[in-house]
Amino acid sequence: MARIGVVVFPGSNCEYDAASAVTDLGATAEFIWHTATDLNGVDGIILPGGFAHGDYLRPGALARFSPVMAAVNEFAAAGGSVLGICNGFQVLTEAGLLPGALQKNRGLTFLCQPTTLIVSSTNSVLTRGATLGQELSVPINHFSGSYTCDDATYERLYANRQIVLTYKDNPNGSRGNIAGVANEAGNVVGLMPHPERAMSHLLGSADGRVLLAGFVGLTSTLSA
Amino acid sequence: MNYSLVVDVTLRSGIADPEGATIERALPALGFSGISDVRAGKSFRLNVEADSEAEAVATAQSLAQRLLSNPVIEDATARIAGAN
Repeated sequence: MARIGVVVFPGSNCEYDAASAVTDLGATAEFIWHTATDLNGVDGIILPGGFAHGDYLRPGALARFSPVMAAVNEFAAAGGSVLGICNGFQVLTEAGLLPGALQKNRGLTFLCQPTTLIVSSTNSVLTRGATLGQELSVPINHFSGSYTCDDATYERLYANRQIVLTYKDNPNGSRGNIAGVANEAGNVVGLMPHPERAMSHLLGSADGRVLLAGFVGLTSTLSA
Repeated sequence: MNYSLVVDVTLRSGIADPEGATIERALPALGFSGISDVRAGKSFRLNVEADSEAEAVATAQSLAQRLLSNPVIEDATARIAGAN
């Protein structure tokens, strides 16, 4: 049974949703406070959504210096599976574990709505259970979700199939409709949408299951 | 010496600045004309204990690079505001 560590920063607020989602998929979840210096031998790490350290300065700017991030860095470098959702994605870009940056949304409004995502690469721990071109309904909930990077980075992401999820209708001005990217090896992934909030048809969508099931390594448990 | 410094952080040229663009679009309605290239940014004030102005600026520039700005999208410049 996969053990997933969910990192909790002061100001995280989606850690219970993330823990509930992976538990629902047959994994176990344990919370890891941001001052921890080791990860207890977990099989995967989730940096959840929220407002780590109040999002002061910039989203993720201070969280990146939390003690736990040194251990997350090491874990990622050794090939461990790391997933950043929303604020967690912002933390991973600030920490340099993923390329690019998240800027304020194009329309300068907070966006909280369902979006349609397209699986653009299955070359990552998040999308390995999905099908290329598959459309998924997953909600977004963010103010700074407009993905940006320079031309050279974009070309590299595209060539290496690191753009794992794109928006069908770009809600926030992200470059190339990017909703989620992976590192070159595919073991570190970040996305702005919330797959942990798309776990049940009763709550609007169960399309997050195929993503998180892939992440916890249980691609067979896809029933809603 | 204790130096007072200002660090300005602005989006790099070529990076979209929706805040600056929105401010610029509001200006004609207020009667301002001929204003272009409005860019929004942040300004930080801090005091640095150092032996010289150059050392104070170097310290502030270093922390501006590491923390106050995200070098992927922002430029940071530190300058002396005064010495006490």
